[in-house]
Amino acid sequence: MTEAVLSLDGISHRFGPIQVLFDVDFDLRPGEVHALIGENGAGKSTMMKILGGYLAPSEGDVLLEGKPVRFASLRDAEAAGIIMIHQEFNLALQLTVEENIFLGRELWRGPFLDHKAMQAQSRTLLERLNCPLDPREKVSNISVPSRQMVEIAKALGRNARVLIMDEPTAVLTNRETDILLEQIERLRAAGTAILYTSHKLDEVKRIADRVTVLRDGHRVKQADVGQLTEHDMAEAMVGRELSDLFPDKATPQDETVLEVKGLTVPGHIKDASFKLHRGEVLGFAGLVGSGRTELMEGVVGLRPATGSIKVGGKALKPGSVLAAREAGLVYLTEDRKEKGLLLGKSLRENLTLLALDRFTRVAIDSRAEDRALTRAIEEFDIRAGDRRMMAGNLSGGNQQKLLLAKTMLAEPDIVIIDEPTRGIDIGTKQQIYGFISRLAAQGKSVIVISSELPEVIGLASRVVVMASGRIAGEVEGANITEDAILRLAMGLSERRAEAV
Amino acid sequence: MTEATLGAPGRAKLRRLNFHVLGPLLALIVLIILGAMLNPNFLSYGNVTNVLARSAFIGIIAVGMTFVITAGGIDLSVGSMAAFVAGVMILFMNSLIPYLGIGIPLIMAGMGVAIITGFAAGWMNGFLISKVNIEAFIVTLGSMGIYRSLVTWLADGGTLSLDFELRSLYRPVYYDGFLGVSWPIIVFAIVAILGELVMRHTAFGRHCAAIGANEQVARYSAVKVDRARMATYMLLGMLVGVATIMYVPRLGSASGSTGVLWELEAIAAVIIGGTVLKGGYGRVWGTVVGVLILSLIDNILNLASIVSPYLNGAIQGVIVILAVVLQRENKSAD
Ligand SMILES: Nc1ncnc2c1ncn2[C@@H]1O[C@H](COP(=O)(O)OP(=O)(O)OP(=O)(O)O)[C@@H](O)[C@H]1O
Ligand SMILES: [Mg+2]
Repeated sequence: MTEAVLSLDGISHRFGPIQVLFDVDFDLRPGEVHALIGENGAGKSTMMKILGGYLAPSEGDVLLEGKPVRFASLRDAEAAGIIMIHQEFNLALQLTVEENIFLGRELWRGPFLDHKAMQAQSRTLLERLNCPLDPREKVSNISVPSRQMVEIAKALGRNARVLIMDEPTAVLTNRETDILLEQIERLRAAGTAILYTSHKLDEVKRIADRVTVLRDGHRVKQADVGQLTEHDMAEAMVGRELSDLFPDKATPQDETVLEVKGLTVPGHIKDASFKLHRGEVLGFAGLVGSGRTELMEGVVGLRPATGSIKVGGKALKPGSVLAAREAGLVYLTEDRKEKGLLLGKSLRENLTLLALDRFTRVAIDSRAEDRALTRAIEEFDIRAGDRRMMAGNLSGGNQQKLLLAKTMLAEPDIVIIDEPTRGIDIGTKQQIYGFISRLAAQGKSVIVISSELPEVIGLASRVVVMASGRIAGEVEGANITEDAILRLAMGLSERRAEAV
Repeated sequence: MTEATLGAPGRAKLRRLNFHVLGPLLALIVLIILGAMLNPNFLSYGNVTNVLARSAFIGIIAVGMTFVITAGGIDLSVGSMAAFVAGVMILFMNSLIPYLGIGIPLIMAGMGVAIITGFAAGWMNGFLISKVNIEAFIVTLGSMGIYRSLVTWLADGGTLSLDFELRSLYRPVYYDGFLGVSWPIIVFAIVAILGELVMRHTAFGRHCAAIGANEQVARYSAVKVDRARMATYMLLGMLVGVATIMYVPRLGSASGSTGVLWELEAIAAVIIGGTVLKGGYGRVWGTVVGVLILSLIDNILNLASIVSPYLNGAIQGVIVILAVVLQRENKSAD
């Protein structure tokens, strides 16, 4: 057995009066991929931050090669070869890809920055990740998955001895995930110790050597991955038996509630048309960058678009999110940090922002808001240590639940959910799937955009597939298979590749 | 994050309460005690009325500024705007004497003109900022110059004076009051109370804070970002109009040097009061405290001859910087 490079000895941690980690022991060995799994709010990110030197534990020791350490700064941790990729991005949005990759360790040439060398190296790193990004692009202009790839490139560029990744694959598609896993294997072979979390248990099964399970801040299990099935892991996480992940599909009615005809979003979408029926769960699949998000943002008025959009037979006023909401159409963004939640504000203010007029006559009825928060915490099982805390202090998964609660508070008839279970644990996923299908059963209509194919397949009664800004096709009923969807999603892009 | 705050979050909470919520209030109380100790006349009816009435102009404007800053904006033009509004108002009233005669209707008409002019000026700023998408700093830097030069031009480089007879009729609006409280103080109090209610308890106030905190999130949450942002500038313009209505009867004139540096005083008051300069969080009561702190410093320096009143600006500057430092302390404690 190799000796641990980084370990925890009796770590406990409190945020204010709330204890989130209880006497946790842990060790990470060189050349292993170690998966840390657990429900939302179990304390995974907190434990990783303690390992990565971002957070000083309330009790216990962090040991580097057996010796207690206390990193005074991130620089110290980095100098010791410990690199961490956060669950929430840590990129400077106004800087370019290259500037981000080299942030804090810029290359110089005499008194000047050596942009040429940095760009070349950035390009090599990105190529290793199969990610054709221009290093000169501003990070604010690139998509969420690309940002993740930049984060990974940034970490790869720092020659880590220990690499800690908090849900790196949450925002990636299968293809990108594969590339990342390949890189992880490469690092493992080179002797790097890798710790990572994911709510995708199939991925854990595939790549990890050992698994540690956290539940409510306690370490409840540690084992070699071979000894556990996915089902075992899931049950260890939630601490109860789990039934089927997906509920039965509801049958949609004939009535069309949303009809989009010839929608063009300049620069993103060409001539897209589709229909949504009452009581239907309609899936939208496609590769990242195929324009699913842009299409829906065009539909709800967040992006300038031309074409016709009819809600319940009536034309929708273009370019107005408010008009869409009043017509019963809402969109839940995939980017909860930049577009979904006000991280520095309370849960209550976040919850009611979209539907504020329902709480307002002349003044806002803050008692009604409080009641709504109580209901939301119950209904969506939001685990907040303190209901007055800031939204930014919720665990990632619980932020997603808050965002869902906020959207549903507007009582929409049509909900467009972009990546509904990004960063959500398996138990909660099941709750959210149940919730979506109940909505459909109540006669509401749901569009689910997801990069996780099993999710689209398990939920939707019909799936629209997009490729390079167009609608490539549609599959229905028993024809919804991974194969059929992928063929549509790739087909067009391959043909285009030939044409170029 | 520092170890101290991690280890003792309870203490951190207490400290935040002290500095952030009570800080400005404590500073105000200290100033009042200091003033009372230095000069027995400090707490006299005359002095208190004088301080409060003079604070009223800046105060009324600063209440509007609180909304602009909370929504992530800034308005540098309010001082020149006040001068311009005063100039327009005086010209208008003088030229209407033949038609309306010297009486209440003429004064009402003048007040109407002041409010409309302020509103229009604010609309112009808001339009350029939110619809044409030019940065607030640039737009209001530009309009600051424009209004200042316009009023100088209207006055032909000199002073615009209200007709003498009209002035005596209008004077009570500044110098008289109701139950011993002078009108500017009453108006300031009403504006402040309404402002606090709007900021804290209406959708508009909530939307301003949301826009200032993260404009994207606001947009995705069906907030009419452009409209709300424009409304903050229009509200501020209108309040500049109200402040001018209270100001004109005091001197009965306007010139190129009217309202110089008011914008900075208003912004300083907002910041001292605990509103975050880059937006996202604002409180009107804090602004009121900020205004009072600034004018008390001025008053105390004038009454007590320990420090030269010429150092007034320096002391105010130190206080503004201190307020921002305390704000940041609070940030890192989160
Ligand atoms: N700065 C903070 N202040 C107060 N509470 C916090 C803070 N950061 C985290 N918490 C709380 O600590 C608990 C553990 O959070 P953590 O982020 O470690 O969960 P997680 O296991 O990573 O969950 P997820 O899968 O949702 O990302 C949560 O209940 C969270 O609300
Ligand atoms: Mg986490």
